[in-house]
Amino acid sequence: MNDMRKQILKNLEVNSRIDLAELSVLLDIEEAVIANEIADMEKEGIICGYHTLIDWDKAGDDRVNALIEVRVTPQREKGFDKTAERICNYPEVTAAYLISGSYDILVTLEGKTLLEVSRFVSGKLSPIEAVISTTTHFILKKYKDHGTALMKRSKSERMAVTP
Amino acid sequence: MRNPLSQKVVEIKPSGIRKFFDVVSEMPDAISLGVGEPDFDTPWRIREEGIYSLERGRTFYTSNAGLKELKVEISRYLERKIDVAYDPDKEVIVTVGGSEGIDLAFRAMLDPGDEVLIPQPSYVSYLPCAVLADGVPVVIPLQQKNEFKLTREELEAAITPRTKILVLPFPNNPTGAVMSREDLEPVAEVVKEHDLFVLSDEIYSELTYKDDHVSIAALPGMRERTLVINGFSKGFAMTGWRLGYICAPEEIAKQMLKIHQYAIMCAPTNSQYAAIEGLRHCEGEVQEMRASYNQRRRYLMHEMKRMHLDCFEPFGAFYVFPNIQEFGMSSEEFATRLLEEEKVAVVPGSAFGDSGEGYIRISYAYSLDDLKEAVGRVGSFIDRMRNR
Repeated sequence: MNDMRKQILKNLEVNSRIDLAELSVLLDIEEAVIANEIADMEKEGIICGYHTLIDWDKAGDDRVNALIEVRVTPQREKGFDKTAERICNYPEVTAAYLISGSYDILVTLEGKTLLEVSRFVSGKLSPIEAVISTTTHFILKKYKDHGTALMKRSKSERMAVTP
Repeated sequence: MRNPLSQKVVEIKPSGIRKFFDVVSEMPDAISLGVGEPDFDTPWRIREEGIYSLERGRTFYTSNAGLKELKVEISRYLERKIDVAYDPDKEVIVTVGGSEGIDLAFRAMLDPGDEVLIPQPSYVSYLPCAVLADGVPVVIPLQQKNEFKLTREELEAAITPRTKILVLPFPNNPTGAVMSREDLEPVAEVVKEHDLFVLSDEIYSELTYKDDHVSIAALPGMRERTLVINGFSKGFAMTGWRLGYICAPEEIAKQMLKIHQYAIMCAPTNSQYAAIEGLRHCEGEVQEMRASYNQRRRYLMHEMKRMHLDCFEPFGAFYVFPNIQEFGMSSEEFATRLLEEEKVAVVPGSAFGDSGEGYIRISYAYSLDDLKEAVGRVGSFIDRMRNR
């Protein structure tokens, strides 16, 4: 990948709302060039979306997140993809990854209550034919998400003026 | 009672920066652009290595010149970065910050009356350290029209039969100036012609934004007459660990080691272990920090232009050094009023030598958000000053 794309992506990754005029100054690249490059990367599927990192707990909207290990029987010619696709169709599923190790697919799930999540697992996920077993882990606290630490940072103790 | 003090020390002026520090610390809502150290925390893996070394009980002295492993890594690092090879056993001394190296060099090399050429504006330690070593400091005022680089003519004009050492502080604090190979070549020629030595303070070598840093020690015939100071404070964001090093030909290193041995014993053991990790594994982190500084530098230069502040574009360290002569105030007065009226702290250029008069040093070792807020305040201040 060229360096310009990398620099644009790195900035967008931490601030998808960055002002293009500002980005142009920071990278010393013309605004129009950046806009074109971003549009191209959107078309090429390099930039797949612009999300917002939300602390829902703080927003007062309780949510339950779970990680579910899913063991799957691979299917002829399709491997794990077919089953993964079925799993991904559910809007409750926030992410799904094929994993090396003792299970096959890791699913992350978001629901309103523990009950809702466990119902989803027992009612939707487990009955899928190729699914052999599931193990559900509820997330109790998020310390860091999407590269952003969610803990409160202590104030800098750097002195105000030094040579 | 008789006078307890040394006249030599009494005559040394205290650093002009201290005064500002005292004022700013009383102002809770002040924004400071006055800091000469990174805003980044030391990369975690370096800190973790420091913690681990404490857990392992590595709390003893190391050998005077430093841990062998660290000296080997420093030697490899310098060969990689500036293409100069130093024998880790005989030519590398691990010091308490880069500053100790300045003191060691002057004390090991100067006899009373020997002259030290100090280009200014520059870091505050060179002049007093030369005086403490019984040397005679000779200041070379650098100029904005030369982008604060040292020219052959300026150097030649300052040389006398007593000149022994030239201090070469690039990338420069406070101006942000850098010297390229082409800029260094004529300087090296003059140095050789007059049989001088160079104390090259390269503490900001990791922080250059156009071309990679070039050390004068890498130029033909210069290694044997150059002492290179570097360290971990700036590039690796390790100021508080107090760890630097000085590399010099064996003959000089041997004498410096005696001073270091009797005055310091050895640099902090804990910091030395942590630094090994930094040299081995933190190139990526260092590059990331440099990329951030560069973005902030571009932002500040853009804002300087927008405010029509006269400022040459610096390509090193993390400072911009705008010219404030149009306001008809001394740099100290400008900085004081900016602090009182807009609560923004900058350092007056005069703190870095008389030739810094008429300039202020703005540090960009701050987050972009802080810089934006501060720039807004500086903007309203200069608008007001212009419309007086």
